[in-house]
Amino acid sequence: MLQNATQVKQVNNGVNVGALLDARQALTAAPEAARFKWRATTQWINGTHSRSTVSGFYGLGTEQSRKVEFKFDADHPEIFASEDHGATPVEFVLVGLASCLAAGVAAVAQHRKIQLRKVSATVEAGMNVQGILGIDADVRNGFDGIKVIFDIDADATKEEIAALVAQSQKRSAVFDIVTNPTDVAVEVR
Amino acid sequence: MTPARRAARNGAVDVVVIGAGHSGLAMSAFLSQHGVDHVVLERGQVANSWRRERWDSLRLLTPNWLSRLPGHRYDGDDPHGFMSLPEVIAFIDDYARVIAAPVHTGVTVLSVTDEKDGYRVCTDSRDWRCRCVVLANGAFGLANIPGTAAALPSSVRSLSPAEYRRPQDLEEGGVLVVGASATGVQLADEIQRSGRQVTLAVGEHIRLPRNYRGRDIQGWLESLGVLDQRIDEVDDVVRVRRVPSPQLVGSPEHATLDLNALTERGVEIVGRLAAVRDGRALFSGSLRSHCAMADLKQQRLLASIDRWIEDHPYRVDLRDAATVMPTWVPDQPRLALDFGRERVRTVLWATGFRPDYSWLHLPVLDAKGQLQHEGGIVSAPGVYALGLNFMRRRKSSFMHGAEDDVRELGYELLAHLDALHQCEDPPQTQAVGAAM
Repeated sequence: MLQNATQVKQVNNGVNVGALLDARQALTAAPEAARFKWRATTQWINGTHSRSTVSGFYGLGTEQSRKVEFKFDADHPEIFASEDHGATPVEFVLVGLASCLAAGVAAVAQHRKIQLRKVSATVEAGMNVQGILGIDADVRNGFDGIKVIFDIDADATKEEIAALVAQSQKRSAVFDIVTNPTDVAVEVR
Repeated sequence: MTPARRAARNGAVDVVVIGAGHSGLAMSAFLSQHGVDHVVLERGQVANSWRRERWDSLRLLTPNWLSRLPGHRYDGDDPHGFMSLPEVIAFIDDYARVIAAPVHTGVTVLSVTDEKDGYRVCTDSRDWRCRCVVLANGAFGLANIPGTAAALPSSVRSLSPAEYRRPQDLEEGGVLVVGASATGVQLADEIQRSGRQVTLAVGEHIRLPRNYRGRDIQGWLESLGVLDQRIDEVDDVVRVRRVPSPQLVGSPEHATLDLNALTERGVEIVGRLAAVRDGRALFSGSLRSHCAMADLKQQRLLASIDRWIEDHPYRVDLRDAATVMPTWVPDQPRLALDFGRERVRTVLWATGFRPDYSWLHLPVLDAKGQLQHEGGIVSAPGVYALGLNFMRRRKSSFMHGAEDDVRELGYELLAHLDALHQCEDPPQTQAVGAAM
């Protein structure tokens, strides 16, 4: 991509856009390598408390391993008569959505040569727990809506920042997962 | 009898043009001017898809002054109006007559195959041998109907815009229009006006006002050079070729037809159709995101028009605000529609079209069945395409886009023919000027 010599400015959001663009090119030529599988394993501990582990995944045509294993405790708060050893599973969904959008904002900003100084997102999702408690069959279990509010400080106009946030939604995996149906197969071994 | 005519009688011509729409005819005019013997094969009549595969109320999206073909212009008394369907057909018909195009109507091409020094075009009447093939069969041969359509309940009629003619043909009851490009918004509008409740599923879309600061948007786009933008001037040609057509209608009132106008008329807007499952349509929760993106892009375009005005002696006071309301999105956009309970009897798939190349038996299609070409120069030597979306420039799929594309590809074609002739017959052949 051409870069005008007069407008070279150092922008560093910690995103290696060159590597991403190279990957895009490589995976266009090798579509099989683009097929990834993401995994988590969960151990029930006690009550509503469980511990999940995330480490290996499949991609670029082979098993991939990480240097570390990430562990996540999930539980329910005390008002649900639980012990609150970790965030509730639904909060993990919010974490996934917000962190995916934030990563997208950074990547798009880097690509568009916009220096970020601060990006924060607060996510709030409404839920009527009459659904999960089986009180009212017409109430769904999940969220009735999710609201994400970004607060961004960057070398950019208001419109450019709005465009960053819009583009991050367009390319977000979690945004897609949350807004569109996904087929889920649950089996017992 | 000229040698070319004699050759044509033998079923051998230099060029076979497939399709007598505006693109194929414009190429025919170019070839005639350069003395290239050719035929234009047309499965129906001239301007066939305009006659048989468009809805009654359709008008062009470009004003009459812009709707031109090489050497052929609108000469009526309404240069700022938009041609109706009968006017488009008459305009193309007149052009075919004026250029005396060698059109063979009622001829369906069954296959195009490789042959020594060229191609064989088999049809339902006779076969043609040729050195060059021009694919001017149109970009709208097959409707892109998503696989989830198969899950529709049997009480629902599924229709593509090529099959739809007028609202009165639809059953009473609700209508789900899928897709909010020019086609989707136009059909949603006229069906809602017919008294049927329309739900419009909206994915990625391009919002445009019909007029901006007292001038038609296509006029602005032409002034800004947007319509002439070439494929080497955009950073991702694959992406821009997939951009849906903007939400425009060419009406005598010059009205803007965006989602706000449709909402005002009672159309319900919902997110992109994600799936049909258990008798219900499920819509994506991305409506707000898609509308915000379209609003931003529209703002960006209008701002660039304002910058153009600043730099040109155009009499508009930029201090007069030209406010555009953001797209109104319901607080809680609907995520599902129950066909039975809500008596929705029709689904109209305004989800785009793709060219039909099922008869093109050449190794020129990629794994997804798309034609491999560089600005219309197909990967098989001597094969050229016309009229595809953003094929060489943004206007390639418009009527007025044929002019530049035909000239450039025409010279490519002449150079190819010339090279073949030189191989066969080096001493006598005179080079035909090639330019690009």
